[in-house]
Amino acid sequence: MSDDRPVRVRVTGPRSAQPRRTSIASEIDAQSAVGEIYMRSLMRSQLRLALGIVLVLAASVGSLPLLFVLLPGFRHAAVLGVPVPWLVLGLGVYPVLIGLAWFYVRRAERNEAAFNDMVGGAGR
Amino acid sequence: MSALAVTAVLVVSLATLAVGAIGLRLSRTTSDFYVASRAVSPALNASAISGEYLSAASFLGVAGLVLLRGADMLWYPVGWTAGYLMLLIFVAAPLRRSRAYTLPDFAEFRVESLVARRVSSALVVLIGVFYLVPQFQGAGLTLRTLTGAPTWVGAVVVALVVLVNVVSGGMRSITIAQAFQYWLKLVALLFPLAFMLVRWQADGSPTTRLHSVDWVEPMQGPHATYLVYSLILATFLGTMGLPHVVVRFYTNRDGRAARRTTLAVLAMLSAFYLLPTLYGVLGRVFASDLVASGRTDTVVLALPQRVFGGAAGDLLTALLCAGAFAAFLSTSSGLVVSVGGVLGQDLLGRRFDGVLAFRLAGVLAALTTLVLTLLTSGLAVAHAVELAFAVAASTFCPLLLLGIWWRGLTAAGAVAGMVVGGVLSASAVVQVMLGHVPAGWLGAVVAQPALCTVPLAFATMVAVSLATRTRLPEHLGRTMVRLHTPEDLELDRGSYHPEARRG
Repeated sequence: MSDDRPVRVRVTGPRSAQPRRTSIASEIDAQSAVGEIYMRSLMRSQLRLALGIVLVLAASVGSLPLLFVLLPGFRHAAVLGVPVPWLVLGLGVYPVLIGLAWFYVRRAERNEAAFNDMVGGAGR
Repeated sequence: MSALAVTAVLVVSLATLAVGAIGLRLSRTTSDFYVASRAVSPALNASAISGEYLSAASFLGVAGLVLLRGADMLWYPVGWTAGYLMLLIFVAAPLRRSRAYTLPDFAEFRVESLVARRVSSALVVLIGVFYLVPQFQGAGLTLRTLTGAPTWVGAVVVALVVLVNVVSGGMRSITIAQAFQYWLKLVALLFPLAFMLVRWQADGSPTTRLHSVDWVEPMQGPHATYLVYSLILATFLGTMGLPHVVVRFYTNRDGRAARRTTLAVLAMLSAFYLLPTLYGVLGRVFASDLVASGRTDTVVLALPQRVFGGAAGDLLTALLCAGAFAAFLSTSSGLVVSVGGVLGQDLLGRRFDGVLAFRLAGVLAALTTLVLTLLTSGLAVAHAVELAFAVAASTFCPLLLLGIWWRGLTAAGAVAGMVVGGVLSASAVVQVMLGHVPAGWLGAVVAQPALCTVPLAFATMVAVSLATRTRLPEHLGRTMVRLHTPEDLELDRGSYHPEARRG
């Protein structure tokens, strides 16, 4: 969201009962070029986050079948009598999935909070 | 044995109806019936989603597959859980924010085309049937295993309970019933397992039958790398396109709640999926003869008798039987609601008012499935659930991913991609059901089509969209605002509302 081009700000008197609407919100409503820039930056930040998660998932969980094929030692190994592939697939993968999901939810909400601060204005 | 098991089935069926009845007096308007008026908290909703999702394939099928084929089958539970991670990061919040009830609603809203809506409706019914028939058949097989009753009895029992529940209360009663069924299924697997593990240790922890390399090591057999990666793609990407999963997201309060619900679902599924694997392993120790007799799907139900025998075995079997029926009932209810919802909107909505259309469509969906179940009793449909994921991954996954994240998707592109992905993956499913799997490479592709059909569907959708890029949907800008901006901002999100269609 580090968009450093100057944004035109319309100064209006505070209306007591209604929520404040900044000019950014009205730019988005008008589907102007400026509004589009804000929308695209929100979408891009969320998509970048999601693709980052996919990358981590592919490198960790997604690489396991290849590791099993390429490293026979990994396939045969055992810890306390339990074969490592069973330990990884039957148990180890799940905390990774939950951890990635938890990280995603935090970051996605933070991205949205930043967008809200910008578009919703100081009234929030 | 049979008396206790029958009692367990009856208790679960009656409890499902009773818990569902709580929702009865709350269900009055059309929107109650379709999405419980979105008054469901994330914790309750997460239990309901997990309860609905854990079908016969999870409760009975995974253990049977692990017993039969070993390490590589652990990818099924992993993929069925990871599917929710993909759903979370790409789809959950925008889908909820779209305010569409069903996948056809989403298709119509995003690409503004009735043709795309119709194609989506047909796919919902197709995937729903691939998924429903195995549930009904599983119920028949379970009752036959336990009591010797003919297979149609179990199917009719499931059909009746689902019908009464869906017709009387709609989504609200289903939500409560399914939240209850998640916990029932978890306990039903956990208790017998704990007892059996204690017994196994008391026997000196025998592992002699576990050492066969074919079984204990991953990536065995021909084309293993292709098959495993294709399975991963189908399960990771298929979950987001299952109609009964998606319909649940509309019961969340807002996009943020949808994300939090999904996170809770991931944790609940992870806890559950630790268990079936252990049943498969114990089955290898205590019931390896099931492999030779081709009845590995019954291993979960057969184990307590093998380990304990007598009254203790009977009691634990009855508990497992209750869990299995909870699995059949919850998944079937969810599917009948979602298939019925689509039929109700697109087929009957113009002739009948909302609530009546929903009820009629639910009856139609359940009865059609019952007839199909009885007609296909000789076919290998038990694994159609696994293949339904490939169909969903080849059709609705590209629609959702491209529709939400790529402005360039057009109606023509969406329709072409869904048709190409749907026809290819569905014909593979039919080949497998009929038992016509060819030998060699082609056989591997037919058995696990996703690695071929998913990229093809994506490529078709993108290519046709680019070729028709002059015909972008008229309200694209507003659609993107609605999909991606948090609800508490006051913005113009366009006028599309699925309820308006229903009058």
